[in-house]
This record gives sequence, C-alpha cells and structure tokens, in this order.
Amino acid sequence: MSKKDNITKGKITGIIANLVIVEADGPVQQNEICYIVQQDSKLMSEVIKVLGTTAYIQAFESTRGLKVGDQVEFAGHMLEVNLGPGILSRNYDGLQNDLDRMEGIFLKRGAQTDALDHEKKWTFKPLAQQGDKVIGGDWLGEVTENWLPHKIMVPFKFKGKYTVKSVAGEGDYTIDDTIAVVTDEDGREIELTMVQQWPVKVPIKNYQEKPRPFKMLETGIRTIDTLNPIGEGGTGFIPGPFGSGKTVLQHALSKQAEADMIIMAACGERANEVVEIFTEFPELEDPRTGRKLMERTTIIANTSNMPVAAREASVYTAMTIAEYYRAMGLKILLLADSTSRWAQALREMSNRMEELPGPDAYPMDLTAIISNFYSRAGYVYLNNGKSGSITFIGTVSPAGGNLKEPVTEATKKAARCFYALSQDRADSKRYPAVDPIDSYSKYLEYPELEKYLKENIDENWPAHVQLMKDALLRGREASEQINILGDDGVPVDYHITFWKSEIIDFVILQQDAFDAIDAQSSLERQKYMLEKVIEIYHTGFSFEHFEEVNEFFKRLIDTLRQMNYSEFKSDQFHQYEKELEQIIEERKG
Amino acid sequence: METQAFQKIYTKIDQITKATITLHATGVGNEEIALVNDRLAQVVKIIGDEVTLQVFAGTEGIPTNSEVIFFGRSANLKVGEELSGRFFNAYGEPIDGGPEVEGEEVEIGGPTVNPVRRLQPSEFIPTGIAGIDLNNALVTGQKIPFFADPDQPYNQVMSMVALRAKADKIILGGMGLTNDDYLYYKNVFDNAGALDRIISFVNTTEDPSVERLLVPDMCLSAAEHFAVDKNQKVLVLLTDMTLYADALSIVSNRMDQIPSKDSMPGSLYSDLAKIYEKAVQFPEGGSITIVAVTTLSGGDITHAIPDNTGYITEGQLFLRNDTDVSKVIVDPFRSLSRLKQLVIGKKTREDHPQVMNAAIRLFADASNAKTKLENGFDLTDYDERALEFAKDYSKKLLAIDVNIEVDEMLDTAWGLFDKHFKRSEVSVKKELVDKYWPNSSE
Repeated sequence: MSKKDNITKGKITGIIANLVIVEADGPVQQNEICYIVQQDSKLMSEVIKVLGTTAYIQAFESTRGLKVGDQVEFAGHMLEVNLGPGILSRNYDGLQNDLDRMEGIFLKRGAQTDALDHEKKWTFKPLAQQGDKVIGGDWLGEVTENWLPHKIMVPFKFKGKYTVKSVAGEGDYTIDDTIAVVTDEDGREIELTMVQQWPVKVPIKNYQEKPRPFKMLETGIRTIDTLNPIGEGGTGFIPGPFGSGKTVLQHALSKQAEADMIIMAACGERANEVVEIFTEFPELEDPRTGRKLMERTTIIANTSNMPVAAREASVYTAMTIAEYYRAMGLKILLLADSTSRWAQALREMSNRMEELPGPDAYPMDLTAIISNFYSRAGYVYLNNGKSGSITFIGTVSPAGGNLKEPVTEATKKAARCFYALSQDRADSKRYPAVDPIDSYSKYLEYPELEKYLKENIDENWPAHVQLMKDALLRGREASEQINILGDDGVPVDYHITFWKSEIIDFVILQQDAFDAIDAQSSLERQKYMLEKVIEIYHTGFSFEHFEEVNEFFKRLIDTLRQMNYSEFKSDQFHQYEKELEQIIEERKG
Repeated sequence: METQAFQKIYTKIDQITKATITLHATGVGNEEIALVNDRLAQVVKIIGDEVTLQVFAGTEGIPTNSEVIFFGRSANLKVGEELSGRFFNAYGEPIDGGPEVEGEEVEIGGPTVNPVRRLQPSEFIPTGIAGIDLNNALVTGQKIPFFADPDQPYNQVMSMVALRAKADKIILGGMGLTNDDYLYYKNVFDNAGALDRIISFVNTTEDPSVERLLVPDMCLSAAEHFAVDKNQKVLVLLTDMTLYADALSIVSNRMDQIPSKDSMPGSLYSDLAKIYEKAVQFPEGGSITIVAVTTLSGGDITHAIPDNTGYITEGQLFLRNDTDVSKVIVDPFRSLSRLKQLVIGKKTREDHPQVMNAAIRLFADASNAKTKLENGFDLTDYDERALEFAKDYSKKLLAIDVNIEVDEMLDTAWGLFDKHFKRSEVSVKKELVDKYWPNSSE
C-alpha cells in the first residue's frame, strides 16, 4: 500500500503463448499483479515464478503482438477484488470486470470496468458507536442491497485492535464517501469507506471458529436432501460424463436451494449456458421469497473461450466474494461449473513453465490446490457471535467419463458429498441422473447432523433413509437376478422387491427439473412422500404372476408421480392419494 | 502476399527443426506472421532476440540462408461479398483459378463475444433431413458435431446440409480432405447452382497437415464478417475436426510440450472451445451456427478428441447403418441436440415435441422386440407391429436421403402411427391426437 512512490517496472524479454518473461528493476512478489503496457491498453498479468530479477508472468489476455522490450508495470499487490455494496445481481468476468459495462459486442483486449457503481447512493445505517473497540471484519453499519442487509465492515486486512472515532449518521452515501473513522493502537486515524480490497488467493479468516457442519442445507432436490443431504457450510461435487446433466442439476440447485445468496462461477463452460441464466434468472421467481432469482444471484462468467489464465482466477474471485458475504452472517451457496476446466488451466501453465508433470500431465500439487480451495467453504461463527456459511458444490468433467482420473480423485479427497452422475441413468432418462448407490454424503455420519435431522424433520428420518438405501440396493440385486434367470426363472417375490425399489427411484429420486411444481420439493413434502413410499414398502402384496406385478406397480408409480406433479396438499393431490390407496387395497395381503 | 517497403528481412537462420525455425531478430511481435523462403510462418516463441517461427508448410528444403520477411501483423483475411462462391486454401488464397479477393482485411482468431451481449438461440434452422429436423432440431448459434466412423458418408451428409440448410451463407472448412472428397464437394456445389452463398476453405491431404490449423479461424473470421456486419445467418461446416486436433498434437509435440491423454496437448479443450464457441446468436439478428464432423476410431467416444468435443458442443449427431432397410440413418437414440427445446413446438408445429418422443419410444419398443427375437423368444402382435413401424420410420424419416419440410415430417409420422398402432398405444396428448390423427381408421 505504501509502495506507490517507487513502483517496480520491467521489460519483456520473452513470450511463449500467454507466459511472458520480464526483467524487473525492483522487488517483485510472487502472485503480484502487473500490467503489460500497450499503445491503447494495459494487459493484466500475474507473477507465477521469480528467478533472480526475472519474473515469469501469465497474461490474463491474448499476447498477440507483444514485443520484447515492451514496458511492464508491477502493481505491488496480488490479484484483488473490490468488496462493497453492489456486487449482488452483477455479471462479472473472472477478474471481476463488470461485463454489462463493457462496450461493444466483442470483449476488447485490456478492457477493464469497475466492479462497483461509484455513483449510486446507498442508505447507510450505523451499527457501531463511537468508542467501540473493533477488529477486522466487525460490522460498522448496514445498507440494503436489493433486499439483503449488507454489512459495512472494518476491512479484513486490518490487523490488531481499533477504536471507532466516529461513524456517519443515517443517510445516503456513495461507496467512496467516508462512513467511519477509526484510530489504531498508536492513535493514527484511518478513514473508512464502504469499499475494501482483498487478495483472492488468500482465505478471509476474520471469524471465531469453524465448527463441523451440523445443519442441513435444503436444496429442494429429493435425491440430495432425502438421500444424501449436504450440510450447511459443507462441500460436495458432481462428476459426470458429458450429457449426464451436470449443468441442469447445478442450475436446479441455483434455483431451488434455500440460501440468502447464490454465486455461480461458470468456469470454462459453454457461453450459451450462461446466457440461459442471464435470460431466465431475471424472470424466474425464487420459490421461497417470491423475488426474482437474479436478485439473490451473482454470476462470475469465464466461459471456455475466454482467456485460460483468468479461468483459474475466476473460482478464487467467486470464493472471495462468498467469504465477504459470509462475514455478514449470510448463508451462501457457491456453485462452480466446472472445476475440471480450472484444473486444466493449471495444467496448461505448469506445462509452459516446464514443471515436471504429475498424472495425466496435471501439476504435482493439484490435490493440494483443490483441497485448499474446498477448505475455504464452511459454517462459521463470526466474532459477534452470529453465524454465516458457504456451501460449495463443484462439478467435475472427468475425461472419458472415467472417475479414476486425477481431478475426480483429488476432489474426492476434498469434498464430503459425492453425487455421481451415471451415464446409464441419463441414457434411460432417469433425471437427475445421480446414482443412488455410488453417491454418498459423509455428513450423514456426523452425529450432530443426525441430531439435527431428527429434531427438524422426524425422529425416524435417518432410519427411514437408511431403509430406503437398503431397499434400493436389494432392488438392484433382484433386477440382476431377473436379468440373468429371466422373468419366469425367479420367484414372484423378486419382482416385488425390484418394483418396490423402482417406486423409490421414480417417486423420490427422479424429479422433473422443468416442471414448475415438481422442480421444487420442500422438506415437508419430501417427508410426506417418503413416508408414503415407506408405507408401501412395508405393505405385503400377493400376486400370481410376474406380469401382474409389473402392471400393478406401474399404476402405483403413475399415481404417485401425479401426486408429485400436483400442488402439495391440494385437492388434486389428495384425489390422487385416494386413488393410490384404492390401488393398494386391490392387492393387499 | 507481396513484400512491402520497410519490412524487416533477415537471411540467417540459426536452428531448423521439422516444423520450426529459430533466428535472431528484433522488434518482432508475438503471433506475427512472416515468409520463410516463401513459406508462411508464424511467431510462436520469443526469448530475447531469439525468435522461433512455426512454418506451416514444414521446413523441408529450407536452407539456413533463407530470406525471412516479417509482416508486422498477425494472419488476416480479406472479407467481403466477393468471397461467395469461391474456394480458398488455408491461407485464404484462391484455389479455384479465380482472381484474388479484394476487401477489408480482418485479423483471424479475433476476440471473444461478451457473454452478456449474446442472445439465447431461438431460431430453427431446417436442413430437410428428418433425422435432424424432427428429432434433433438445430438452432441458430448452436454448435454440434457428427460423431462418425471414417467409413460413414459424413461428407455426403455435410454437403446435403450445406445445400438445403436455410441459411444466408454456408462456409465450409475442409481439413485433411482427400482430393476426391474435395472434388466431390466442388461438383455437388457447382451442380446445385448454390455457389453464390457457399464459401470454402480447404486443406487437402496433399497440403501440409499443419496448415489446416488456420482453416477454422479463416472460416470463422469470414463468418463473423457476414454475421456481424451484414446480420446474416451463417452456417459453418467443419470437417474433419479430428484431423485438426491431430495437427495440434503434431505441433505441440514438436514444441516439446508434455502430452496429456491420448497424446493430445493439455490445451486441447481450450483450443477446441476457442473454435466452437464462435457459434453465437447476435442481438442484431446475425448468427453463426457450427456443424462439425469428428471422426472416431472404432466408435470410441472416450478418446480425448470426441470427449473434449462433447463437453464443448451442444449435443452430437450419430450416423448408423440400418441394415433392415439398407439405409444410413441419423441414430435417434444416441443423437442429441441440446438446444432443440428452444424451438420445437415453438417455432415448429405444436405437435412436434410429442410426435418426436412418441416415435422414438415406439422405435425403442421395436429395438426391444428385435432383441427378443434374437434371443429366441416369441413376439407379441404389438412387437410385430413395432418392428414394421421401425422399418417404415427408418425408411421414410430417419434415412439421410429424405428431404422434406418439417410439417410433412410430422404428417408422415402421424401416418405411420395410424398405419401400425391404435391411438391408445401411441400415448400422445389427446387433443393433439384428435387434431392430427389421419381420419382413415378408428
């Protein structure tokens, strides 16, 4: 911060694709940001290796036309984001440039736009008082962003204790106006605005403690909530071959999940998928609040054709924004699609640096990088006793659909929930294609989460869920037997076992992400339907012939699905429920 | 490409490898192009005053005292209406004997469209091929490849798409085309009299393989000209992207890069995405749609090339030989157009989605019946009818030589339903059945 007077400068001495070699005339820090000066623009780059006075930098943009001898200016800090009111509902690129403010249809090289609006006035309400002792991350005041109480905090970078000398009174201010003055331990006065900067690669740790996740995050998606729930502040990942519905599932999560804020990092994926969000989210309603989805969403779009190096930065930018909002005591869901593209960006760079490669030419420290990143999620108690959380779910695009590849394996070590998408399920249109048997949630093993489920859903809930998983497994075994021995070659009971598991599959696991009602299933509704299914599971039926079994259960499934498509507890819903009971009566015994 | 005044000329090459040369030069920009002994080359690496150039045509016969002329700019293309109807090589030079094209010079491999400026694709592009239009409708701004085995007639299908697709401009990028296939395209286009809207950039197997790396960029720069400046609907056909990727791996290998899966460069995903993501719907009405061919080896879609492609493109199309009717069909099971939902039933007739699903479901029933038959089980009456339906369906709709309008496809499908099934067996919404079921029976 104090280096303004003597910035380090440098000259380009070499260029290999987006790796640029620079001879620097002063001190350089690892991961420092620097700018390559061109006639009409400055290209942002990051130092990734230093040898003596030679800095190796990766350019975040195309290096076409750069020449040996071109000037480079070092910024004196690492890649930072601007944190302040106005981030919500924005569409940023991986370096937090506001995409909507860029001119023209094409992204101009070197174009930079402000992440925040400097003109807009926010209505500020003070929360701190003169004389308060504060530390980094403490709340000084509050503005309302869309609908969200956005806390203005003592900058996270502040070390040690500070005393509030004055706080601005209630009123309208821009983000650059001084809203508080604090004094440090030596009595120096520091003026604070609503904006602060933070380096994206460093976790924000201004909280008291990070307990294990003990609550569940409601996602509205049955195969997750009912079968393998994710803890609030937990981590999960969704690997799947192309065409298995990763992105549809992530979009469903972003629409249905119960969170204060959703941050979506579209990292190296199709631009048309992001366009879909741009088009739909301002229209679609949040089922819980009735507000438009875009009002609680921030998008970091670094699509596959945008510069590779910025792709790596994009996930960190997204995580840092999430940490900023978590420090306000909010519940954040962070989605990244896809983390494999980020890993590939690391690989491209490692390759150009001529580092010794690890498996599949990925850098050796891939596992460490991935687990470090996942560890930034979590449920935290802030210094003022309030709590906030970041739940992180990333997708992985395994090469060739092979789950033994390095990115999947490294992620498996870091993430606690595993939602494996299966090609077979996708082929037979059983969506979401999450494999119920391969997938897991480690949080189910946490006694604190079990307690939460028992208290908040039902005493018997964990037992029911376990029963259902067993039934699915038994159903799969029965189906294998039937396939081997033929329909006639097994007792009718096998068919009943198989079809009972099909009920679970069709009614609980499968969910229509494109149906207005079925797409979102509240916990209350999930509990209701699970109990229905369990009731059927415990009912004994009698049949003469296997063909009767198929027909009977198909009718059961059809009626149960009609219930799924009906408004919960509506007349129509109860109508189907009555029908269901009549069908059950036919074969009871 | 003539030399001009003030261009830097060097005459001493220090190092020559199979694909690259290195010399001492100053003031050279990255990715700048140059002529090395009259062959086009591009700067790929600069370390101090040591400049490494990739010579597209290979370095055979290049002496150390060759003339190296730097152009002071990166590769470009002259664009304009004059491009229409012409055939060019990978450098954008005419190969049809016609005159040089005059026009505005644009850099190839230009910048990316800002994602917030894109529009959601929403316009249907009919091709006349029912296996595509009916089951896997293409949408403007979409990118989709054919995954085909080398023995399948994908070039015929591509040429049909080129001739029939309702687009303002069709741009063909041929990479590693055999001379026979090149002549085939040329003949087909000539005979159809459709040349005025077709532009071709062709690299044949007779040309050096590395040259083909320029072909997609040439095609897409031309496409951007028509789509952005003229607001036209442009369809870009790229065949064969597997050969393009092979050329990438050759270059990366010669640059001593560490290969990743299947000896492909680690940047394969980004390299392919840079091309395919040029597909876009612009807000002013212009659009670029890409239909590509990716040849498979032994049908293996887990190979790095089809695998990475699948993650980038919006679906894929498979061809299959249907031996029951001896025709090549567009496989309804494995093919998928991810964007079709945006247009079917909206830009096409209301019954399109339901008819499509019903027909595929009945086709699947037929395939189950076939398995039953092969395993020696008895067939039910329904099975028999499903099998008959499948033959008709293949012949009259899925076969690639069918060329009809979408409404006719739908009517044909209803006709087949009527011929082989009862209304209740088709399970289509009642109001649609009432409206469209032919009046002949029931």
